[in-house]
Amino acid sequence: MFKFLLKRLALTLPTFLALMLLTFLAIRLVPGDPVEVRMGERGIDPVRAEEMRHLLGLDQPIWKQFVDYVWGILHGDFGTSLVTSEKVLTEFAALFPATIELSFFAILFAMVLGIPAGILAAVKRGTVYDHALMGAALTGYSMPIFWWGLLLIMFMSEYLGLTPISGRTDLIRFSVEPITGFMLVDTLIAGDKGAFWDALRHLILPAIVLGTIPLAVIARITRSSMLEVLSEDYVRTARAKGLSPFRVVGLHALRNALIPVVTVIGLQVGTALAGAVLTETIFSWPGVGKWLIESIARRDYPALQGGILLISSIVVLMNLLIDVMYGAINPRIRHGR
Amino acid sequence: MMSSSKFAGSALAALVAVLMAGTAASSKTLVYCSEGSPENFTPALNTTGTSFDAARPIYDELISFKRGTVDIEPGLAESWTITPDGKEIVFKLRKGVKFHTTATFKPTRDFNADDVLFSFERQGKADHPFSKVSGGVYTYYGDMDMPKLLKSIEKMDDYTVKMTLNEPNTPILANLAMDFAAIHSAEYAAQVMKAGKPEQLDQVPVGTGPFSFVSYQKDAVIRFKANKEYWGEKALVDDLVYAITPDPTARFAKLRAGECHVMGYPRPADLPEMQKDPLLNVINQPGLNIAYWAFNTQKPPFDKKEVRQAFNMAIDKAAIVKDVYLGAGQPAKNLIPKTIWSYNDAVTDYPYDPTKAKELLAKAGVTTPLEIDLWYMPVQRPYNPNGKRIGEIMQADLEKIGVKAKLVTYEWGEYRKRLQQGEHLTAQFGWTGDNGDPDNFFFLLGCAGARPGGGNASKWCNKEYDDRLLKARSSTSLEERTKLYKEMQLIMKEEAPNFTIAHSTVYEPMRKEVSGYKQSPFNRHQFNGVDLK
Repeated sequence: MFKFLLKRLALTLPTFLALMLLTFLAIRLVPGDPVEVRMGERGIDPVRAEEMRHLLGLDQPIWKQFVDYVWGILHGDFGTSLVTSEKVLTEFAALFPATIELSFFAILFAMVLGIPAGILAAVKRGTVYDHALMGAALTGYSMPIFWWGLLLIMFMSEYLGLTPISGRTDLIRFSVEPITGFMLVDTLIAGDKGAFWDALRHLILPAIVLGTIPLAVIARITRSSMLEVLSEDYVRTARAKGLSPFRVVGLHALRNALIPVVTVIGLQVGTALAGAVLTETIFSWPGVGKWLIESIARRDYPALQGGILLISSIVVLMNLLIDVMYGAINPRIRHGR
Repeated sequence: MMSSSKFAGSALAALVAVLMAGTAASSKTLVYCSEGSPENFTPALNTTGTSFDAARPIYDELISFKRGTVDIEPGLAESWTITPDGKEIVFKLRKGVKFHTTATFKPTRDFNADDVLFSFERQGKADHPFSKVSGGVYTYYGDMDMPKLLKSIEKMDDYTVKMTLNEPNTPILANLAMDFAAIHSAEYAAQVMKAGKPEQLDQVPVGTGPFSFVSYQKDAVIRFKANKEYWGEKALVDDLVYAITPDPTARFAKLRAGECHVMGYPRPADLPEMQKDPLLNVINQPGLNIAYWAFNTQKPPFDKKEVRQAFNMAIDKAAIVKDVYLGAGQPAKNLIPKTIWSYNDAVTDYPYDPTKAKELLAKAGVTTPLEIDLWYMPVQRPYNPNGKRIGEIMQADLEKIGVKAKLVTYEWGEYRKRLQQGEHLTAQFGWTGDNGDPDNFFFLLGCAGARPGGGNASKWCNKEYDDRLLKARSSTSLEERTKLYKEMQLIMKEEAPNFTIAHSTVYEPMRKEVSGYKQSPFNRHQFNGVDLK
């Protein structure tokens, strides 16, 4: 097991290097220059522009900038934002908990609804349930997030008044200072139950919006995986033994059907963490997605490089974790050549 | 079992608690739905309206803009005198002004001349201990020509500061009311420097303004509380909250739901619905900006006045304002909008008259069909919501007088660079004013900017215009300056170095319970003097 882990870890190293190089180069290929963006739209005095370029280290050859960047990262320094002059790691750490909190609830929502929906569709294959559920899944999968978010705000918040419109808490009633950055935890630490429930209410719509696509994917994968398992001999045997349909499906079939579903959930977590940009924008959710988009507009190279690298690293580690889990569950993978 | 007296006691305690909670809840909180996070809280380091708005409640400047106008009035400087040669300005500072006491700072002295010197020297002196802190780029200080204008700044005594200029320059007074000239506490700066955290000065701000800073969570919220000791127009609410809401549709929804009281930057498409909403109040005024179409007067055929005049008559301005600005714009005949003093209403704009335009072209010896380049802006700006669409309308209009316009554009940075080099024949461009002084608009057509690389997009250098521009800059008489600027507007219209398109209209929606809010011509958002009914 230890050898397997080492091997998998070694394999992630080239991935990290490629990630660093790619983010570094890709950002510099985008037209526009951080100095020009920073100096506003006035006639740029070439002398001052040069001064600033020097100050920000952008007058160095590209290879030197890259070496400095890698050197910094090896020393735990992800650089300083060109816009706010704050450490990239500090900014990331302040915003990432909000993204994790949102992604967690989105995936939870997707799992709680997606897995039963997939099972039901598989068990009732070819019936109206199957068609309706899979039709809904396809609709969910192809729904433009921006439109879906605004639609929910209009209906749930504005028309029915059930949920707040955006943000993480009611700013007039509650003032919760961030300690962990996880609003639910912070409200509990502050001992403010009202704020806790309010924070939970604020999570509902963004979690639904962010969780809709994963929900559709999970439902479809669960269905197809379940169908495959249901046609296996051991399921037929279980049925022949006279076990109740609930035990056949819920215990014998589900366990095996869930293996590909776990992989998909893992991948969806990665997508949710990195791809919450639109949801974060619609719901004024202070997470890393929105921060990265703004950094692109401002050509804030260090924030972008650092942010993308950190998120990618988390996704890579998440995949590694899933691989390891697989190895633990299924020794054939561990020893496979 | 609870005895009846105990029960009564508990009930009374509960009632008191409820009443107290009621009192606490009745403290007034004004929520402003802002559009983004500030870069930091030191305006001198920033260039965006978002960052200026975030710092505005905290700071004062030596001179202030009267709320809702472009007129200047005393700020932290109680009064000032200018020497007859116009080169020295002596400021008398206000006494007894307190800096905010915050979680991290307790001032031991009142505001004085040291704070003024600190605030300007940080920007102007490369060897100042704070010069390089937080990136150390002072864009506006440079843009407003302060390094060139300001020879020295000296402390005469604790409450007197003298600024010596290299040349007489009256518009500098308006510069000093701009956000970059905000006054910081030198004492607080020394404290954070000593603690080895100089950047805290820009991140946990301390000022003398109507609100003090409480906390900031990036992309989520900024909290301020009223400064009860404020020397000027006081805050009428207890707390001020900026709810950072980047999406304009979400801002509108929050405003409707009462989650915020005032919102910035509405989507033009939402305006009709906002105006119909009985809970909302939508105020508007012309923005301090101008969109224009510049003719390169150094290249034929635009070196001829008649040709430029003909082009002015060829375009249907009203159609552009209607189709592209969707009602959120006003046709412009002068460079400055009506809200700026010295606006000359006697100027007559060219009528839309294609027949006359054709005649003028023929008179100037231009044979049609004529082919020209028409550069259109690749980005949306407050003064120009859709450069391409404007270009297309112009193209269609020009076709009618036998001119074939080729639409051209570049990446925005590239566009500006090439335009300043004078590579274009005709190009759309525009300007957003900084300080409400007419000079801040009229300099756009000055001879200084007509050289290659300069900002004068028409590359137009007219002696009569430029002489007046320079004279007005050094004059201290408002009357004389007004007269000169009015004459310049007549000269410009006659010479037609450009086609003035429009000033955009700025809308500000707020809930009906908001009272005392004054819309700023600079599109500043300012909340002292604002109350909730």
